[in-house]
Amino acid sequence: MAKTLYNEPSPLETMILSKRFRLENSHTLDSYLANGGFKAFLKAKEMTPEQIVDEVKASALRGRGGAGFPTGMKWSFVPRSSPKPKYIVVNADESEPGTCKDRLLMEYDPFQMIEGILIAGLAMDSHKGYIYIRGEYRYLIEHVDRALAEAYKRGYLGKNIAGTGFEFDLYTHSGAGAYECGEETALLDSLEGKRGIPRMKPPFPAVAGVWACPTLLNNVETFSAVPEIILNGGKAFADLGTPKNGGTRLLCISGHVNKPGVYEVPLGYPMMKAINEIAGGIPNGKKLKAVVPGGSSCPILKADECDIAMDYDTLAKVGSMLGSGGMVVMDETTDMVKVALRIMRFYAHESCGWCIPCREGTTWLKKILQRFDDGGGRKEDVPLLGELSKNMLGRTFCALGDAAAMPTISIVEKFAEDFEKRLAREMVAV
Amino acid sequence: MTFSPQLEERFQKMLAAYPEGRKRSAVVPMLIYAQDETGAVTPELIDEVARRCQVTPLQVDEVVGYYSMLHRKPQGKYHVQVCTNISCLLVGGMELYEHACKKLGIGHKETTADGQFSLEEVECMGACSWAPAVEINYDFHHHITPEKLDQLIDGLRKKQ
Amino acid sequence: MAEQVKLTINGQQVEAEKGTLLIEVARANGVEIPAFCYYEGLSLQAACRMCLVEVEKTPKLQVGCTLPVADGMVVHTESETVKAARKGTLEFLLTNHPLDCPVCDKGGECELQDMVFRYGAGESRFTERKAHVPEQQWSPVVFFDAPRCILCYRCVRICNEGMGVGALGIGNRGVIAEIVPNKHDHLECDECGACIDICPVGALTSGSYRYQTRPWEMEHVGTICTHCADGCRTTLGVRDGHIMRGNNRDRSGINGEFLCIKGRYGFDFVDHPDRLRSPMMKKGGTFEPISWTEAFSVIAQKFNEVKARSGKFGVIGSNHTTNEENFFLQKFARQGLGTKNIDHHRTGDLATLFDALSGRKDVLATAADLYTAKAVVVVGADLSQQHPLLANQIRANVRHHAAHVYAVTVGPVREDNQATVSVRVQKGGEVAGVESLRDKLKADGNLVIVFGDAVQGDALRKLIAFGDSLGIPVKYIGLVDYSNSRGAFDMGVLPRDGGMSREQMLAADLDVLWIVGANPLRTAVKSFVVVQDLFMTEAAKLADIVLPAASAYEKTGTVTNVCGEVQKLKQAIKVMGAKTDLEIMGSIAKEMGLNLGIWLPEKVQQEIRTTIHGYSVPLPILNSGGATPTQPLNGRVAALPGSITSAGDTLFTSGTLGRYSKTLSDVMEGPGELYSGR
Repeated sequence: MAKTLYNEPSPLETMILSKRFRLENSHTLDSYLANGGFKAFLKAKEMTPEQIVDEVKASALRGRGGAGFPTGMKWSFVPRSSPKPKYIVVNADESEPGTCKDRLLMEYDPFQMIEGILIAGLAMDSHKGYIYIRGEYRYLIEHVDRALAEAYKRGYLGKNIAGTGFEFDLYTHSGAGAYECGEETALLDSLEGKRGIPRMKPPFPAVAGVWACPTLLNNVETFSAVPEIILNGGKAFADLGTPKNGGTRLLCISGHVNKPGVYEVPLGYPMMKAINEIAGGIPNGKKLKAVVPGGSSCPILKADECDIAMDYDTLAKVGSMLGSGGMVVMDETTDMVKVALRIMRFYAHESCGWCIPCREGTTWLKKILQRFDDGGGRKEDVPLLGELSKNMLGRTFCALGDAAAMPTISIVEKFAEDFEKRLAREMVAV
Repeated sequence: MTFSPQLEERFQKMLAAYPEGRKRSAVVPMLIYAQDETGAVTPELIDEVARRCQVTPLQVDEVVGYYSMLHRKPQGKYHVQVCTNISCLLVGGMELYEHACKKLGIGHKETTADGQFSLEEVECMGACSWAPAVEINYDFHHHITPEKLDQLIDGLRKKQ
Repeated sequence: MAEQVKLTINGQQVEAEKGTLLIEVARANGVEIPAFCYYEGLSLQAACRMCLVEVEKTPKLQVGCTLPVADGMVVHTESETVKAARKGTLEFLLTNHPLDCPVCDKGGECELQDMVFRYGAGESRFTERKAHVPEQQWSPVVFFDAPRCILCYRCVRICNEGMGVGALGIGNRGVIAEIVPNKHDHLECDECGACIDICPVGALTSGSYRYQTRPWEMEHVGTICTHCADGCRTTLGVRDGHIMRGNNRDRSGINGEFLCIKGRYGFDFVDHPDRLRSPMMKKGGTFEPISWTEAFSVIAQKFNEVKARSGKFGVIGSNHTTNEENFFLQKFARQGLGTKNIDHHRTGDLATLFDALSGRKDVLATAADLYTAKAVVVVGADLSQQHPLLANQIRANVRHHAAHVYAVTVGPVREDNQATVSVRVQKGGEVAGVESLRDKLKADGNLVIVFGDAVQGDALRKLIAFGDSLGIPVKYIGLVDYSNSRGAFDMGVLPRDGGMSREQMLAADLDVLWIVGANPLRTAVKSFVVVQDLFMTEAAKLADIVLPAASAYEKTGTVTNVCGEVQKLKQAIKVMGAKTDLEIMGSIAKEMGLNLGIWLPEKVQQEIRTTIHGYSVPLPILNSGGATPTQPLNGRVAALPGSITSAGDTLFTSGTLGRYSKTLSDVMEGPGELYSGR
């Protein structure tokens, strides 16, 4: 009997990662084992590390956290033969506005993620991992802790996992409210007990990550896809999507739609179909105005740009991103000045403060947009917003500066009329 | 400084989770769990965590101001966090927050005089598809309207 | 030889070692790439983004301070894109930076001012409200103005990496991120002021210099600090005959930019109200001011009278008068007064050290050697407290070259933080402690052993025998305290050939006790006591005649540091009423009718060069402000009577001089503690 999820599933979904979500007690080990659980791990145990990595490469799986880096390639960067201990770190910091999928994966199918981590452990010769979960997800930390305890009790973590002799220790680690800690190197500093300040790259985490040891860091959804890839082969996973953009992903549809929710679709799924058919279209007969395709860091798309396949490369070609899968739909009633302001307030608040352009730029932009929203907008502010954003773009220490600049540039350029409407009225002497 | 037996047990487990010589990793998790008991990150707590994690008090102090969820002043018994980021903004998050301000009679990061409620306008909490979202302490509440918020708050008030 | 690569910077072909940072290659070839957070010797930050440059075939601007050069790289540092990027970054920085230039100490020597003049953004498009918080005082020495701070993190790094203290951190996040002190609202640290000097803007300012003057109003005089024996150069800013500040930002001397609280701020004793301004003579039990003429006359008469009847003299010399003064004094004692009773407060067993190493070459280490040695053993000394420059050299060596440091001490010392091995010993067990490290030290390949007064006499001979037994090159530093203890020893302010030691003189029935720049007396003696000093010390109070002397900042001459390097003093100011010790001694000699040579520092120096073994150092180096090692090891040295004890000063005390420094007295960390691990 299907239980009530946060949202009703859609018949148009392709449920791979979410196939066990509706099962009663899907979060328990018994349920997982009864539904194909740990078969992939046992299969991977019989493969060589190179074969495992090759399979992930063949899957064309790309990082589901936001950057979309080819996962198999990332796995191949970790020097397995290093004498230092190798660590697996799971990015469960999920703080990108519009994104709420890793929550469901951890809540409804934690063992799928755990199995993915173990397979990565086999491939990396790693025996210790940490799941970095954002502090606000306290209930999930406790939930995953219970899953881990169950796994240890039943021999699926710790020594001699499933009788294979493989050893792995896995722990949760709580964040405490910082979006920047979703950036992989800032996450590592936070895991080490420091402020979440990003690091210079190179060296990359694969070579020198947590405690300067080789570290494999991937998103929750990325690890969750691994058991499927091993079990049914990388090619099968790849074929679900489009070339170089393999598999399915959890799409978080929010904003002005009738049926907001998290839905699993293959890579390359048409955006308008997702909005109109999966999410039930825009309520109250309103027209589409704009879509943020993958989290607030992505450049915004105008309505006439939304007839597009949703995969990493296609969206990149039009100057946006698939990102974290946080798709926010805006109808014609939306005031883009307020949207730009709220986005910049977010980045100004979350800027770690390390480098000058982001630290000062996000706050300056926020102040201009606030003044604009309060009714004090001047004509010269509009080009200034674009110029200041461009002074941040590509100049900052990490991608947060770009994440703040790119959407702002896109909103100011594509929705100039929203800004013109809000310009302060000038006093005219009669 | 000692904590409840459950918290002490959690700290033991935490310190054991990290490799030899890496106790510093436990600083942030210790602070966020301990402040639930101590009410806030006090100078005493900073010194205690520094001692247990073998770092200087300055190294602990540095992280307190960095992480939004660590607070040096006590919050209300029920800390009401209302998201106004874009997904929630689009479906009335800002109006919901303003309503919360009126309902509780306080503003951002303020606490009611009786110490029962505090309010915070927060960033995206990962409930975008079920917006507007409110988190009270660590409990998530979805699809919250002003009326539902009133019910939640009144219900908690009755609990005293 | 390391692999060389060829690259092009602004059209100019240059060559560099593969992997060198682009910013360094550019600088070496006359191309300035601006940077705030990049600083030689400190870890890389890449935070300020001022050093972004264009590198062909890469889409984004590249960070010049972290990019290693590669063969064929084509770099443009002055293209329109780069210039616009710099201007944009400066504009961002100036959004919250207050326009304090008219009242800010840094005005005129501010790196942000310089950058804005060079790269633009002086006129800002920012019309919003600036974030502002009030200024804070973190200690008597350190003031912090958060709005002015550009968050370059130099202060945090110099305190943590450079000084090994780590009293500054970073608090909050985003635009309200700020530097925070280790005690929430104040600092407890070395109060060295390194953070203040390294700050490119006026965010960190010093309590003693604030609002006093403008940098261009001062004349800067580079002289040698008059406190500990390390011999740091301190460049004193002088205006209208007053010392306004001290620092070493021009990196002259052996200490680079390093100075401790005494070197930077410990000059303020010079105008303490209690400075003696006139000779004083005891008449009827109380002191009355007298003229110099009368003073010299009375003293000369007395000395001649005692000499005529073969009476007994005792001369106690100083640890911080110049070599010339020390040389002249011992000549005065031996030739002028016919006495062998001359000594000074000996703080290290140099006699045994020189005797045991006699005739050898390259066995005495300099401060520079501490930076390059593969291993350093610190025995029986708390260097961070007593020899901060030496401690700094060792710290930098470990940081930059992964050298090994070992601490063999009775209590925790700051070297423990970096030490490969720390050995805690009981007093007397120091040499055994060093011996226990035999295998490790042998494997290190070369070694410097730094030892304090805990190792003297036979123990010192044992230590040297141990060093010999390792079969690797070993150099020694025998620690002494005060700015010219080594000089006092080398010049012969010593009870040789049966003379009385300091203790013996104080206990004996002398006719005359002449104390120059020392404070050994605590109880009245029957002798006729003449004291030359800056202040009415305990000894001066018990004297018959007190003569006001000048400090090291008020005269020229040379001093020799703990490592045996001799450097020249440069007179910064003159204090009315005081005379230099040399002038006083010369005047007394003249009054007595003695011919001891011309008492000008240059003349006495010439005599030293021809008389004292190892002191014929290259004059060009000495006269141009350099440091040059002396070579004192020349044959056996007879044992001397009397005890040897360290002064036991900390960072915040400095004999009697330290008592009169307002800064040293004001800081809460004083008087400090040895072997506390701080």
